[in-house]
Amino acid sequence: MFGKKVKTFPQGGIHPEDKKFSDHKQIVDLPLPATVYIPCSQHIGAPAVPVVQPGDKVLVGQLIAQRQGFISANVHSSVSGTVKKMVELPDPEGWKKPSFEIEVSGDEWLDGIDRSPELNMDITATPDEIRAKVTAAGIVGLGGATFPADIKLSIPPGKSAEFLIINGVECEPYLTSDHRLMLEKAEEIIVGIRIALKALGLKKALVGVEANTPDAIEQLKKFSNPYPEIEIVALKVWYPQGGERQLVKALTNREIPPPPRGLPIDVGCVVFNVATCFSIYEAVQKNKPLIDRVVTVTGDSVKDPSNFRVRIGTPIRALIDAAGGLPEDTAKVIRGSVMMGKAIPDISIPITKGAGGIVIIPENEAKRKQKQVCIRCAKCVSVCPLGMEPYLLMTLVEQGRLDEAELEKITNCCECGCCSFTCPSNRPLLDYIRYGKASVLQRMKARQQK
Amino acid sequence: MSLTLIYTILVLSVIGVISAVILYLVAQKFKIVEDPRVENVEKVLPGVNCGGCGFPGCHAFAEACVKAETLEGLYCSPGGNACMAEVAKILGKTVAEKDPMIAVVRCSGSFGVRPRTSVYDGVGTCAIAASTYSGDTACSYGCLGLADCVRVCAFDAIHMDEATGLPVVVEEKCTACGKCVTACPKFIIELRKKGPKGRRVFVSCINKDKGAVAIKACKVACIGCGKCVKECPFDAITMENNLAYIDFNKCRLCRKCVPVCPTKAIHETNFPPRKPAEESAGTAA
Repeated sequence: MFGKKVKTFPQGGIHPEDKKFSDHKQIVDLPLPATVYIPCSQHIGAPAVPVVQPGDKVLVGQLIAQRQGFISANVHSSVSGTVKKMVELPDPEGWKKPSFEIEVSGDEWLDGIDRSPELNMDITATPDEIRAKVTAAGIVGLGGATFPADIKLSIPPGKSAEFLIINGVECEPYLTSDHRLMLEKAEEIIVGIRIALKALGLKKALVGVEANTPDAIEQLKKFSNPYPEIEIVALKVWYPQGGERQLVKALTNREIPPPPRGLPIDVGCVVFNVATCFSIYEAVQKNKPLIDRVVTVTGDSVKDPSNFRVRIGTPIRALIDAAGGLPEDTAKVIRGSVMMGKAIPDISIPITKGAGGIVIIPENEAKRKQKQVCIRCAKCVSVCPLGMEPYLLMTLVEQGRLDEAELEKITNCCECGCCSFTCPSNRPLLDYIRYGKASVLQRMKARQQK
Repeated sequence: MSLTLIYTILVLSVIGVISAVILYLVAQKFKIVEDPRVENVEKVLPGVNCGGCGFPGCHAFAEACVKAETLEGLYCSPGGNACMAEVAKILGKTVAEKDPMIAVVRCSGSFGVRPRTSVYDGVGTCAIAASTYSGDTACSYGCLGLADCVRVCAFDAIHMDEATGLPVVVEEKCTACGKCVTACPKFIIELRKKGPKGRRVFVSCINKDKGAVAIKACKVACIGCGKCVKECPFDAITMENNLAYIDFNKCRLCRKCVPVCPTKAIHETNFPPRKPAEESAGTAA
């Protein structure tokens, strides 16, 4: 693209057709809905414990559910109004989870939250204060994994870190929320990165951005110029470039040991998404908890693909309506993104911290094609970024040979879906592997407990 | 020329005889002595290798029976009491009689009463569908209808009803081996007492949601109202997490709970039809 070689990960990967319909659309605030539904569990780990009762009045930014246990995150009210009741609301996979139903009235914010648009560049907080603020603000990884950010900001004993890796790679087709954020809030993101560097006590931050967003790279480079510790690196437009493992490999040439134990910290890296950095900036410099996020609403037949700044808990239906309504030929609504996300069974469920996009798939593209026999072309092997053999794993799982699947390291799979995408026989490779991986992990856990 | 032939035959014969002797000696030396009773026991077992006993086949089960001190905990459910009695006779041990069991599908969410909220387009097995999401209806407990139970049954005793989308157990064929119980990722199928003349009363629902949520998802869901618990004269019904459960060891098949259930979630099987008077009395109570 630039005529010179851009960095990438060495093995596998694909390039799904780019469909960034909304990359020129500015982020707009979505009007407040009449009612929001805020689940207690929007993160990996233990669900937060409610601290307000039905009937209580809440303000924007008020804590409504307290974190419990080591891996957990606070939940704040994203609107002002009255807590109507606790409801059992389906999560994106349909399982019912306790959630707050809050009736919106006005838009009163909690005292102490700085809502002015001015940039605050001076980082006065000490590392401990930064961690405390991030914990209080309930920030989780906004790239989709929703891992509590405060845990990543403290390096576990016995480990040492060298690089802060910032994920500005939006390798999924359709999604543009991170791209727009990098364009519009580049300065804030750079401050967020500096805050994270300070909290971790690191000297080097590498920001990986895909080469098909040159405007974002330029913008970030412009504002990071005064800070030599922040380096912006253009990466090849290649999926799954934004996967943690691939990103670390591409930027530092280090390989994270295989899961379930391997983490970026094992190779001296801490990885954050750009949207998380922006939230860290807001939490530390503006005292604002994580109550909204940028969501892309897009799809082939969506009238007005857009990027919205949405309060957490807004029903997905409201976003779709704002983007021109649900197209008539809709067959699937995917939360997240087409490659990694999942189709949701109900569009009245709310936006949570981890939802970066809503993709509406029309009928002609949603249907799966007829599965055929494996023709041993080994395309799945060549595209697997982890160098595994998806055709073999699928067969092992299909035949219930989970012992062998475990020996073939099925648990390493990052579920990127390159294999299913590329299979000329339309075999549902990832479906089987994902199920097999879950079963094997369950077995391993049971064995450990014995 | 003929001499060459004779020599060849002779040499080969001698080699053959020597090899036979060596093989015989080796076979004697490394002979595996198997208890002859294992073979006898195996003969009386059904020989379907279903694995319902927890052993990898009938032979392994026979071995376990011979090795065990008592036959406690060892039971061949396809063979039933008659088969186990014979096993006990061969081994000179005693075996306790067990009530015959049967697989019971505890979901009645047919197409008519449980509206579909989404269409599943993925791999057609319950296990994968269940690991992907909660199911194609608003009830996250109900049957997925993708027939994992049918595929594991070695006796052809369970099949899908096209009209309802639910599995149906064929009473005469089911041996209560328990394969379908473990295959169901939703834990819908339960082994229950077959009952005299196949008469059983059970709650055909495992939805643990609160009443309002459950009834919205499925018209025949247990809503946890507790009427059956109050009605039962034998304390056989317990209510836990908004779900009634009938203990088949305590149930005396009086059927009083069946008419009081407002959603008709309690099912009775193989009973003679009620007398009209009895039925009206039951509803009034």
